[in-house]
Amino acid sequence: MSTRTFGEPIKRNEDRRLLTGQALFIDDVELPGLLHVAFLRSQVAHAKIRKIDVSKARQRPGVVAAYVAEDLGDYWKPGPLLVPPPPIAGIVFNQRTQVPLARDKVRHVGEPLAIIIAESRYIAEDALDDIDVELEQLPAVVDLERGLRAGSALVHDDVGSNVSAHVRQTKGNYAAAAAKADCIIKRRFRYEHGISSPIETRGVVAQWDARANQMTIWDTTQAPVFVRNGLAAMLGLNERNVRVIAPFVGGGFGPKIMMFYPEEVLLPWVSMKLNRPVKWIEDRLEHFFATTHERGQIHDAEIALSRDGKILGIKDVFLHDGGAYDPYGLTVPINSQCTLLGPYVVPNYDSTFTQVFTNLTLVTPYRGAGRQHGVFVMERLLDFAAHELKIDRAEIRRRNLIPADAFPYKNEIIYQDFQPLEYDSGNYEPVLDMALEAIGYKTFKEQQAAARAQGRHLGLGLACYVEGTGIGPYEGAKVQVQSNGKVSIATGIGTQGQGHFTVFAQIAADQLGVAVTDIDVVTGDTDQFYWGAGTFASRGAVVAGNAVNEASKVVRKKALKLASDLFECSEEDLVLEDGKVSIVGIPEKFVRLGDLANQANPMRGAVQPGTEPGLESTQYFGPPMGATANGVHAMVIEVDPRTFDLKVLKYVVVHDCGTVINPMILAGQIHGGVAQGIGNAFYEKLAFDDQGQLLNASLADYLLPTALEVPRMELGHTVTPSPLNPMGIKGAGEAGAIPVGPMFAQAIEDALDLKERGVELLEIPLSPSRVFELTRKSGQ
Amino acid sequence: MDTDDHDITVSVNGVRYKRRVESRMLLSDFLRHDLALAGTHVGCEHGVCGACTVLLDGQPVRSCLMLAVQAETHEISTIEGLTDKDGAYHPLQQAMHDHHGLQCGYCTPGILMTMTAFLEENLSPSEDEVREALSGNLCRCTGYQNIVDAVMAAAQRMRG
Repeated sequence: MSTRTFGEPIKRNEDRRLLTGQALFIDDVELPGLLHVAFLRSQVAHAKIRKIDVSKARQRPGVVAAYVAEDLGDYWKPGPLLVPPPPIAGIVFNQRTQVPLARDKVRHVGEPLAIIIAESRYIAEDALDDIDVELEQLPAVVDLERGLRAGSALVHDDVGSNVSAHVRQTKGNYAAAAAKADCIIKRRFRYEHGISSPIETRGVVAQWDARANQMTIWDTTQAPVFVRNGLAAMLGLNERNVRVIAPFVGGGFGPKIMMFYPEEVLLPWVSMKLNRPVKWIEDRLEHFFATTHERGQIHDAEIALSRDGKILGIKDVFLHDGGAYDPYGLTVPINSQCTLLGPYVVPNYDSTFTQVFTNLTLVTPYRGAGRQHGVFVMERLLDFAAHELKIDRAEIRRRNLIPADAFPYKNEIIYQDFQPLEYDSGNYEPVLDMALEAIGYKTFKEQQAAARAQGRHLGLGLACYVEGTGIGPYEGAKVQVQSNGKVSIATGIGTQGQGHFTVFAQIAADQLGVAVTDIDVVTGDTDQFYWGAGTFASRGAVVAGNAVNEASKVVRKKALKLASDLFECSEEDLVLEDGKVSIVGIPEKFVRLGDLANQANPMRGAVQPGTEPGLESTQYFGPPMGATANGVHAMVIEVDPRTFDLKVLKYVVVHDCGTVINPMILAGQIHGGVAQGIGNAFYEKLAFDDQGQLLNASLADYLLPTALEVPRMELGHTVTPSPLNPMGIKGAGEAGAIPVGPMFAQAIEDALDLKERGVELLEIPLSPSRVFELTRKSGQ
Repeated sequence: MDTDDHDITVSVNGVRYKRRVESRMLLSDFLRHDLALAGTHVGCEHGVCGACTVLLDGQPVRSCLMLAVQAETHEISTIEGLTDKDGAYHPLQQAMHDHHGLQCGYCTPGILMTMTAFLEENLSPSEDEVREALSGNLCRCTGYQNIVDAVMAAAQRMRG
């Protein structure tokens, strides 16, 4: 290979189309005869349906059809359970999945009641006003604790309570550990996560071609293969007759892996029924109700420590808001339960959670996927323990870090991938040291005192975390040399900006001696690659990346074999670079890869038995379990003590995600994660009233961070390769977002001397107005 | 609702288009679906996210907050007109590529239109000025840092 590209900050292959407005996003799909869809959605959170009459809407000029639940006949079914509960003893799980159109009862604001199909979206929306709806409103379940009390309204009457799931996982014996503890700290924490708010909302286009017996669906999904399989089954088609294309997708962050959204189920059905292509694009208001959220948990947690600050055990009992239906199983609360343990030795752990049905939009993973909640609890407990035991906050963390020689480290509980939670590799202390050095920890106290003397309130925050990444089951890739010498890679995952078109090309480029720019990557088209699971849990680069690597290695071998036959020399005497195979030391004696590909597809003559045509290979990769990345964030803030407005003066991320494929793209992932973490920590809050109405359902009211709120970030890396895959990589997609909350809380307490004033910050988000309320409540 | 149609002439990226549109047709929908200039993206349809920003007589506007009929006789510039005739990048497009200023790329056309107009007015901006100018465009992927760097680099290159 002339130049190694793996590990280099290679600029992205996909940029040109995106920078010139030529990338195909869902709403750019235009088809002859295309019809447009609008949904009538419930405006109340909980109600019995008395009547939905669409007959008047059907009369409106330009309306082609209108349907309610009853019109769907046997097609009306609750969706499948996507993630079954993990094999944990004594688990309770009440499966109640979402339906395509509400029948009998509505369970959250925004649940679809009827679908209108018209010649334009404008007409379809006009026709929503023609629908006659009678709903008998019921009390809404919004508050988690009230929802579990006897006599509460029930989201699903037949369950008999609002318990969606109940899970206890233990390690060691917490009670025995607590009995020996010098210090026990117990607090109640509330952590709210928000809505991921990709700038592109969701959308579906379905085109039934009766002549070809072929259904094509464009979908903003993170998991096109499973959408194809599920819809084929629902529609009574062979999987081969359904093609799902996830085109360029304008941000995913988790909610776009949820399936099957009602719109995904309904549009293909409508297209078959009308034999016309149909399009639905979610508007921003719909997005606030119809796309999944993450939301909140309430933890009653306690930590037991020895006098020297060593953790003896942790006990945690928490409630998790699951929303109206639970198709995504327990992924989010299990992540909270497992990730709470962080990079620390916790010999005894007793954790119980209850997932609660509420009359609110469904909860499924959003970047971090519950990890934030757990990290918040652990990091805050350590802060209070440090204060109580008069140990420096960095020091108490250091004393509890898992030592470098303890890997693989077994945590003895079950993770979201159903495997025992085991950290594959890590070296945590240098990461902490680098972060402390970068933030100026040693000299901060002086800096703080100097600033205070001028009336300025500075605070420092510091938080450690681990991130489970790169989970199975598997992904695959097909690597194929074209006769023009360029290389095509196809994989089954979808892409939403992670740079797959470039990092997969880098992996193949090094194996095949081809320029990154001569490698074309296709993702998210089930006709291009048939198998796969999807883009989630920071796994694309790890799992699909390794499949690309394996397939590229086979193609390399094939190319060398063909060339050695051609030149009648040994493979060791050949070199593969600049798109050709040549004989070592005789560069003029070469054959181009494209010519080899051509020769591997002969038009006439006989081939050897067992010969496979083409210079291509399809390989699959499935790790035995997820790879665990880790990191430390640190920040210095300045808080205005009157307005509680906050400015980040310095922000540091030190991170270890194993071997790095492309540091430029990795940095982008971290930057974006931190930005979302800041929004979460600082001010993003879905504000519901007690009737389940979302009071801030617009981007003018639900505030997302702008360029003014997100600070410049300094990044540092250490590299501890994962032993679980040949390239040694770990995922990085969620790392930026996970530890921001507890760090904000810690830094604000530090800046405003809140501990001394008897105020503790036990919740997220912490907007300036909320910090003002909390300090006022305490009489300070 | 009764609708009424209007014949309008709009110039987009130097090309004159004559079309009949409903009075309520948004400029964003008109550009995307009637003129097939789908590079202008729609993110919120209430004027907050900035994804649909185009230039109206050189000034950035939210095409989701304007009606197509209001663009009558005006000059619109969209992302499709940002490269030169040979397809070479505008310096800001090049800088966005060089500095990894985009990930999913959905907000990118709006950011390019906003910030190229900004650079027309201020070729020597401070980082704070760039952030201020960028603050009307939401991006959920990048954390803005690389976009800010790209704008600063483009300004430097454009100053020559």
